[in-house]
Amino acid sequence: MTPVPRVGDEARASGWDRSTDPQKDPALIPDPATTEVPAELRKTIEEAMALYPERRSAAIPALHAAQKLHGWCSPQAIEQVACVMQVTPAYLDSVASFYDMLENHPVGKHRVYVCTNISCSLRGADALLAAIGEAAAEDADFNVRPFECLGACDIAPMASVDGVYIGPLSIEDVPQLLDDARSGRPVLPDKQLATRPVADPHANSEQYPAHSLEQGSSR
Amino acid sequence: MTDALLFKDIDEPGLNTLPVYEARGGYAALRKALAMTPADVLAQLEASGLRGRGGAGFQMGKKVSFLPQGSMSKYLVCNADESEPGTFKDRELMQKNPHLLIEGIVIAAHAACAERSFIYIRGEYELQASILEAALAEAREAGYLGERILGSEHACLLVLHRGAGAYICGEETGLLDSLEGKRGNPRLKPPFPANQGLYQGPTLINNVETLSTVPAIMTMGGERYAELGVQTSTGTKLVSISGHVQRPGNYEIELGIPSREIIYGLAGGPPEGSEIKCWFPGGSSAPVLTPDDLDVPYDFDSLANAGSMLGSGAIIVVDDSTPIVDLALKVAMFYRHESCGKCTPCREGTNWTVKMLQRIDAGQATPMDLDIMASVQEHIIGNCLCVLGDAMAMPIGSMIAKFREEFEAHIETARMRANLTPPPVPADEQALLAHGAS
Repeated sequence: MTPVPRVGDEARASGWDRSTDPQKDPALIPDPATTEVPAELRKTIEEAMALYPERRSAAIPALHAAQKLHGWCSPQAIEQVACVMQVTPAYLDSVASFYDMLENHPVGKHRVYVCTNISCSLRGADALLAAIGEAAAEDADFNVRPFECLGACDIAPMASVDGVYIGPLSIEDVPQLLDDARSGRPVLPDKQLATRPVADPHANSEQYPAHSLEQGSSR
Repeated sequence: MTDALLFKDIDEPGLNTLPVYEARGGYAALRKALAMTPADVLAQLEASGLRGRGGAGFQMGKKVSFLPQGSMSKYLVCNADESEPGTFKDRELMQKNPHLLIEGIVIAAHAACAERSFIYIRGEYELQASILEAALAEAREAGYLGERILGSEHACLLVLHRGAGAYICGEETGLLDSLEGKRGNPRLKPPFPANQGLYQGPTLINNVETLSTVPAIMTMGGERYAELGVQTSTGTKLVSISGHVQRPGNYEIELGIPSREIIYGLAGGPPEGSEIKCWFPGGSSAPVLTPDDLDVPYDFDSLANAGSMLGSGAIIVVDDSTPIVDLALKVAMFYRHESCGKCTPCREGTNWTVKMLQRIDAGQATPMDLDIMASVQEHIIGNCLCVLGDAMAMPIGSMIAKFREEFEAHIETARMRANLTPPPVPADEQALLAHGAS
């Protein structure tokens, strides 16, 4: 039996048992005079900091913005954010390594998060993830990854493609999904969550389109 | 069924914009509340008996009353980090009726005398965040938010904060750390957030659905709201149903109706030809119930008496085609991934539970492992700063207790399968065998 690492990389606490180089000095707060920060990014971060009583609260919005620009939380991205926020790069590293949506390695520009939590996996999410992963394996532009519950179990199995919720998905939808994302078209417009009416048949009065019950039966 | 309070005409076109929301009487409850003193608004909330809709079910009015009096900076935080598996009610509310939430926050902030409020929305809800951001801009423009709301003395500054993907940030103190810009690690309690929360100030934290109910309470009065539902679980509740049902989705129900009516009546029950094996009544953290419990009334206390909990109101139905070991493994893997790693029982307990379940599936376990696994669950409960570990231990423990025979059968068949296909012989041993045979 191959030994299992004590805490696998699956866990949020990953890396806690890895050592660092004690010979290296910790990075200091970057000097604004020598650190170049794109003007747009600087503006976004400064605006975010102004919203809170303490500037550190802007760490996540700032890292989101830097990731959008750089593609991931690269050392350069972290340094730029650290420079504007006047915090150490290590502090931002600790934040960036905690959250699932902040990437610590270079990834493809199209995010495909496939929900593999309980409700979605009961309806075939694991096969869906495998199919998307296989179809996009050759394309470095895609960042396909399993994700914990995305909060859309009503459209299970589902995926979030570049932030847009789509479902219920079947294996047959996969080529179209990837094609749409590649070409920048709206991805599977008929299956987007945004257009879906509420399931509760008693919610809407008659003048608004009530949810047509898919199975054709009512209470 | 009484009229829907939260979902009333929720698909009305343009409801997410201010003109449509105002046209149907929106923000009238806020005007009414601003004409009252904070104490009077609080009295209405207490009279309503409204219990928190996020998971713990704590009375909202009581929570507000715990905030200390005085002129210090107080905060209100709306928990929109909806990430309990199976829960998706807040998503629909925020996407379709964002002003209802904003109105609820301003009224609750008035009752709590909090000048600064935050909505912490999970990072994955990008559509909902953009809709809320647009609604906030409209509300600021119209004077419902800002330094002097509607010309009164009261201020309400409301900021939308996007998270970045972490279940633990739905835990109130983990959320506060995350909102302060740190890793979302839960804090030691006490002090409770009502005394020392965000930026060390007294903080009121409530779920989206709880706050969205506040305008209805102001409009109809706390006592009339308390007539809905049952005595200790008042009002209506949004229920998210998913898994093996024919019509998954969000439904607004009056608390106290039989669970069967929700699962079979509203959601259509499991697909034809299959039976319910078990169901989670309140998200994946709730101990599972069996078909025998289908007639339990769907309210806080009845579900607690049945050995589970209402939680966030997320029903996940699992039919008899699913092996219980697979289900347990899915649950355990989720909590292992989401454990922040701060407390040992949770970090190690979730990890070992996953490994033991994998061992069962690989045919390397014995029936004794079930007792060990059950004891691991018992040692997690109550031994951590927050309840994430408990949230795995409770459902896993209930699965082992209620489906022990299936676990034992799974162990046996997996062992037999493993014995039928012996592990491959390593190359050096193969050479030895070949040498010995010649």
